Amino acid sequence: MKTQILAIDDLRVRRSGADILSGVSCSLTTGQVVGVIGPNGAGKSTLLSAVAGQSGFSGAVRWDGTRGKGGDIGYMPQSCKVSAALTALETVLLGMHERLGWRVSQSDIARATGILAELSLSHLASRCMTTLSGGQQQLVLLAQRLVREPRLLVLDEATSALDMSHQISVLMLLKRYVLRHNALALMAIHDLNIAMQYADQLILIHDGRLVHQDAPENVLSVVNIRTCYGLDVDLVTRPGGRPVIAPLARAIA
Amino acid sequence: MAFDTRHIAGYRRMAFKRAIAMGIALVIMLWLVILDLSIGPSGMPLLDVIDAVLAGPTAGDRATATIIWYLRMPQSIMAVVVGMCLGIAGLQMQTILDNPLASPFTLGFSAAAGFGAALSIMFGAALPLPEYLVTPIAAFAMTILACVIVYGMVHALGETPEILVLCGIGVLFLFQSLQSLLQYLASPEILQQIVFWLFGSLLKANWTSVAVTSLVALACLPFILHDTWKLTVLRLGDANAASLGISVGRLRRRSFVLIALLTAAAVSFVGTIGFVGLVAPHVAKALVGEDHRFAIPLSAMMGAVILASASVFGKLISPGGVIPVGIITAVAGIPMLFLVIYARKRRSS
Repeated sequence: MKTQILAIDDLRVRRSGADILSGVSCSLTTGQVVGVIGPNGAGKSTLLSAVAGQSGFSGAVRWDGTRGKGGDIGYMPQSCKVSAALTALETVLLGMHERLGWRVSQSDIARATGILAELSLSHLASRCMTTLSGGQQQLVLLAQRLVREPRLLVLDEATSALDMSHQISVLMLLKRYVLRHNALALMAIHDLNIAMQYADQLILIHDGRLVHQDAPENVLSVVNIRTCYGLDVDLVTRPGGRPVIAPLARAIA
Repeated sequence: MAFDTRHIAGYRRMAFKRAIAMGIALVIMLWLVILDLSIGPSGMPLLDVIDAVLAGPTAGDRATATIIWYLRMPQSIMAVVVGMCLGIAGLQMQTILDNPLASPFTLGFSAAAGFGAALSIMFGAALPLPEYLVTPIAAFAMTILACVIVYGMVHALGETPEILVLCGIGVLFLFQSLQSLLQYLASPEILQQIVFWLFGSLLKANWTSVAVTSLVALACLPFILHDTWKLTVLRLGDANAASLGISVGRLRRRSFVLIALLTAAAVSFVGTIGFVGLVAPHVAKALVGEDHRFAIPLSAMMGAVILASASVFGKLISPGGVIPVGIITAVAGIPMLFLVIYARKRRSS
């Protein structure tokens, strides 16, 4: 499968007279999980929404040389609470709504149940979405995106409601997914240690600008973290692995 | 990719159970139609009614055929068609507004129809059209006008459910006020006619009204069926639906026009019949969930069942059939709604 490129060129988003994003440019290739990090209000969600074609912007976002098509992009917005009386399996099936007929085919059900199994959610298949926890709903909605088999996955804090074990499972699954489908996963991550250990590349956003794009150990430097997050940290190095970020205690004023 | 065949069987079993629920609703609906046909001031055994229905409008005993085919059947069929229109419109309204309290009348359509009817009852005599046509045409036209006003406001202000509801409530109060003004100005005889229309009664039904309402419903059907999956996806929320490639604004606008047409067709001939469009979708969703492949037909059938039951009940408690079904559905609808909410709450917990 040929490598595709997501090219973002001078992306700008302006709302209510204020610049939310300005001059964001980068180029990303398939086969990797790219984490978008930055403090609250930095512009991560705006960037992901613009890349997915869900909000207006100036500049250019090109996916494999052309403007992205909905079918090839799997976008998961922030905080998607579901209150519908639909089972988890039905919800995943809705990810393929364009191809579903009056009678849902055996292969489509198998595909949806297969994705649920991959995310270890088989036991929830017949449970109503309203009875699931926030984290379980988030996983089902991620399964709904994956069942579409998009080449570009844009996930806005898709792991925010998950415990650490599930966050790691999802990231490992995404790493397998991008390699198997030669896809690109672009996802906002809040937990810097998770981002450090599991992302292939990081994009650091601060005040609506792209500050740094590189391998995690280069982006998450003590200086960058202090500048963007206003936080002093120690980077604890480990033999054969990426460093671990240890925040330093702040003095109580 | 690993998958468990038990889930495939489970999904098929769930779909089968839902199909059974729809089959049972269909049988109940047909049984209620037959029962409704057998009740009337002249009395008639059930078997004679079935014979008269099977024999057709021109065969057999002329008196029986006339009673069944020209007096009772238009009312019974109208109950089914109007109930179906309101059931579908109610479900669509609850879906596009993401609001379980929504009904076909939430956005002021009933008030507009009532104003149109009141206007025609007061001034329609001056028009060169028969009275039985002027009122439905005026009610239909005003409902469509209300739809156009809400549509225009939403287009200008934003296509969110909140804006839609606020604009609809504005239109509701506008037409209610105009309706009250006409009632205030009307003579006692005209006022009585207006109030009777507003109650909603199947006594106004005839084959022409059945044909017109059915044709409008049939014309809307392909569009409703086309959007079945999209409406189900919309239940996941606007952001989710948009991210799954659905043009939420366009879907909401299209559904809104269909709701207006279905509601206008339903209320034009029989007046405003409340609670059917609110209760029927809740009953359907409680039985088959929110997959609109099942919820739309079942909501239609539940609407028909509720209205046909109201017609039967009205005839039983008042043999002359003078109690309008609109009053019965409104009175019976409240405890029914509480029962459905209670059942859903128990099931989800």
